[in-house]
Amino acid sequence: MTNKVEDIEREILDLLAKQLPEGTQVSAEMRIARDLGLDSVGIMDFVMDIEDRFDISIPLDLIAELETVADLCTAARDLLKGAR
Amino acid sequence: MMSLFAKFDDVRMALEGFKTLGRDPSNIRFEQILSPTEAVADGHSVLLFGTNNYLGLTFDPACIEASVAALRSLGTGTTGSRVANGTYADHAALERQIAAFYGKSNAMVFTTGYQANLGLISTLAGRDDYLLIDADSHASIYDACKLGTAEVIRFRHNDAEDLARRLRRLDGRPGNRIVVTEGIYSMLGDTAPLREIAAVKRELGAFLIVDEAHSLGVLGERGRGLCEAADVEADVDFVVGTFSKSLGAIGGFAVSDLPGFDVLRVACRPYMFTASLPPAVIASVMAALSRLDADRSLSARVRSNGRRLYDGLVKAGFEVGPEANPIVAIKMPDPATAGLFWNRLVDEGIYLNLAVPPTTPMSLSLLRSSVSAAHTEAQIDHAISVITAIGREFGIPGGNKTRVSEPA
Repeated sequence: MTNKVEDIEREILDLLAKQLPEGTQVSAEMRIARDLGLDSVGIMDFVMDIEDRFDISIPLDLIAELETVADLCTAARDLLKGAR
Repeated sequence: MMSLFAKFDDVRMALEGFKTLGRDPSNIRFEQILSPTEAVADGHSVLLFGTNNYLGLTFDPACIEASVAALRSLGTGTTGSRVANGTYADHAALERQIAAFYGKSNAMVFTTGYQANLGLISTLAGRDDYLLIDADSHASIYDACKLGTAEVIRFRHNDAEDLARRLRRLDGRPGNRIVVTEGIYSMLGDTAPLREIAAVKRELGAFLIVDEAHSLGVLGERGRGLCEAADVEADVDFVVGTFSKSLGAIGGFAVSDLPGFDVLRVACRPYMFTASLPPAVIASVMAALSRLDADRSLSARVRSNGRRLYDGLVKAGFEVGPEANPIVAIKMPDPATAGLFWNRLVDEGIYLNLAVPPTTPMSLSLLRSSVSAAHTEAQIDHAISVITAIGREFGIPGGNKTRVSEPA
């Protein structure tokens, strides 16, 4: 597994694309709640998929702070590096 | 300047949408409560199938008499917290009674079940500790996490293996691990795999809190809940529960065998900074608990009534929750259909709960019913036939006889 943020980002965008209706355009700049149309439960479920994929646990307070897909990628990278 | 309430526009719009379907599902008015199972709501005589009144004790003569006597002798309220204003004899007596009921050495009584979770969980888990909570936890558990300072990790609903994975990820880090789960989950009526969770807790070293809000008086030979039914009481460090459902009043509690438990009384803010339960409530809860302790047929009856409703709805082809418990949830295709169906049920004299996303697991739209020991078989059969007849109007059930599956 890689810790490079662009690889993490690609994987997360792939996972996200699978979760959303086919053909939905996704990018790192998109805001998770507003732009992706996920409700609070949907976001939590999506975060769990990412946790499983990277074998990390994203603490609840950190999830609340995530605004964009890029924030999520950074959080995943930091957790993979053991920063938290 | 933007309205202070603009941030709630989404929820307001959603509620307005439901109101256009008929009644306001968040604010149904009961003009009369005739018995634990009958009322007049919005001008209609209704059978109550959505009140969590599992043992039907709200009109129990012994509970009412005890409550009235306490009201007359001790007054309407305590007017303050126990830490500041002191403890009444019956606060302590109820704590001894609930501790004895569970066979535990310590008990603490809170003013609501919500506060019991809020207080216990937020206080037990300190800054360096870890809270591991089921993803489908009740709002009071999530709010406790927000109030506290511990790091909070969610595990997949009812998935002991996922819990174990998440505990292992914490290997090498200091701090206590505290796992929180519920007995019966309030939306689908499914139960936690407590034996598996207890095994994980033993193997990986964690404390375990089980919220028996919907399972006290419902599960277990003595009605102590899922911990008793699953035979894991020795592994459970704290049982939390409420007096507002099976015991027909209000209030919450936590019981534990852990030494030093009593220090929580001067550390737990949702206990310290709120008024204590009024004497009349304490008295009716004590009478209800005595009744539950003395009469095991009550629990048996609510379970068999739950099974009767569940089996009847399955036979009629409805998609329901995964287990036959006194909470029976019927899956609806979408929130609007659920809202219309719910209104028709009130019209035809059946009251139950409308539950829609985001308060439901898996974004399900549900008609959630709860069964009481006080229901007669005839009332349950009538509810099944009304639900089935309205279902026909809506073309529900449309497909196979299936159950709502658990998430993988």
